Amino acid sequence: MRYPGKRALIEQTVRPPQLETPFAVFDEGVLTPNDAFFVRYHLAGVPLGIDPEAFRLEVRGHVETPLSLSLEALKRDFEPIEIVAVNQCSGNSRGFVEPRVGGGQFGHGAMGNARWRGVALKTLLDKAGPKPGARSVAFNGLDSPVAPETPDFMKALDLGHAGDGEVMLAYAMNGEDLPWLNGFPLRLVVPGCYGTYWVKHLNDIEVLDSDFSGFWMSSAYRIPDNDCVCVTPGAPKGATRPIKRLNVRSFMTRPAEDAKVAAHVAFEVRGIAFDGGHGVEAVLISADNGASWAAARLGQDLGRYSFREWRTELSLRPGVHHLKSRAVNRVGQSQPLAPLWNHAGYMRNVVETVRIEAV
Amino acid sequence: MPRFRKTLILMATAASLAPALGAAETRTYSLPEETATLRAGPGQETAQNNCAACHSVDYIERQPPKMGRAFWEGVVKKMITSYHAQIDEPDAAAIVDYLAATY
Repeated sequence: MRYPGKRALIEQTVRPPQLETPFAVFDEGVLTPNDAFFVRYHLAGVPLGIDPEAFRLEVRGHVETPLSLSLEALKRDFEPIEIVAVNQCSGNSRGFVEPRVGGGQFGHGAMGNARWRGVALKTLLDKAGPKPGARSVAFNGLDSPVAPETPDFMKALDLGHAGDGEVMLAYAMNGEDLPWLNGFPLRLVVPGCYGTYWVKHLNDIEVLDSDFSGFWMSSAYRIPDNDCVCVTPGAPKGATRPIKRLNVRSFMTRPAEDAKVAAHVAFEVRGIAFDGGHGVEAVLISADNGASWAAARLGQDLGRYSFREWRTELSLRPGVHHLKSRAVNRVGQSQPLAPLWNHAGYMRNVVETVRIEAV
Repeated sequence: MPRFRKTLILMATAASLAPALGAAETRTYSLPEETATLRAGPGQETAQNNCAACHSVDYIERQPPKMGRAFWEGVVKKMITSYHAQIDEPDAAAIVDYLAATY
């Protein structure tokens, strides 16, 4: 096994490791297996030795009572919560962006859906007691830059979001310890938000009486500050804001691209859909390249942050067909029929097309 | 708190607790060896010496092809100004030339 704990994945980079989930995995089930879950680091100082007994999570800064908690204490002294949530990289699907943009050239596999178990951050914040004037919460993990001048990878949430009861510190994923490359022994889970916030190997939480101004919030992971999160290709970047909530997406996991099916015989079409937490209301399927749409049946609801499975049946005349899926969430947001563009290739959510042939 | 101080404290904590806890065990992980190499061309060695200090060179191979000089200028500038890579000016110019011509 080239990466212990991981099956063969799409190797984007080695140092630091970036591993993409092969798309076929998303047809295996609604939860992404731990050994297939994508990996994305920013800095090559990946921790390679951790003593779970000596590990401490610090909660400090603008609080009445700083905390220093062992893993054992986190598991023993706090009521665990569980949430099924999608972790999707901001640049998932960047490899399909036209005109092309720099950055990790992911296909659709920089995403995954898991059952996370851990402690609500609210519980720890309540225990530590933010002082009057507390505004934001900054998160740091054990990974570090090679050059000391490189900005350490840190993210922040405003205090209200951090204490919403859903943001959590996960020590387990799909019923097992976190895989090493997914943040062992503890990671932040920010349901509905892009993976950039899900700080791995989390060991330091600092409550601030100001807005966090670190590089990874103030300069990196910024999106156009407009409704479409888009600009005309080649136009200036314009005003930006930090990336935050997932937009609506859906994927057909079966049939696969270029599959051949028997003409005039019913076959199953299925896939997944998700959004940033409103929940999926409907998934519409088109077998005629978008001319007409029909609703698919939704699968079990594992919560508003989870992949939602969908399925339907089609029977097609002989020839090439272009199948599309389009999800709509509970507040009516959907996916654009034509792709939108921004400089970083973030938040791609165009309606995807699968070409198949009925023979 | 700067990273190195945190690491030192963590190590100090581990050392002081180790006798009390008995068999505290550090878990380890090993990453695979790097195999990616840069394409041949003038400036290859300069790029190798500078870029590979902080990341594997598959980062370069993985970028879209033929992005042009302005793209690679932007990348090298970002490495220097945003990530504070210690690349001197002649090397930076040579790396841009190499990347623009080779990738």
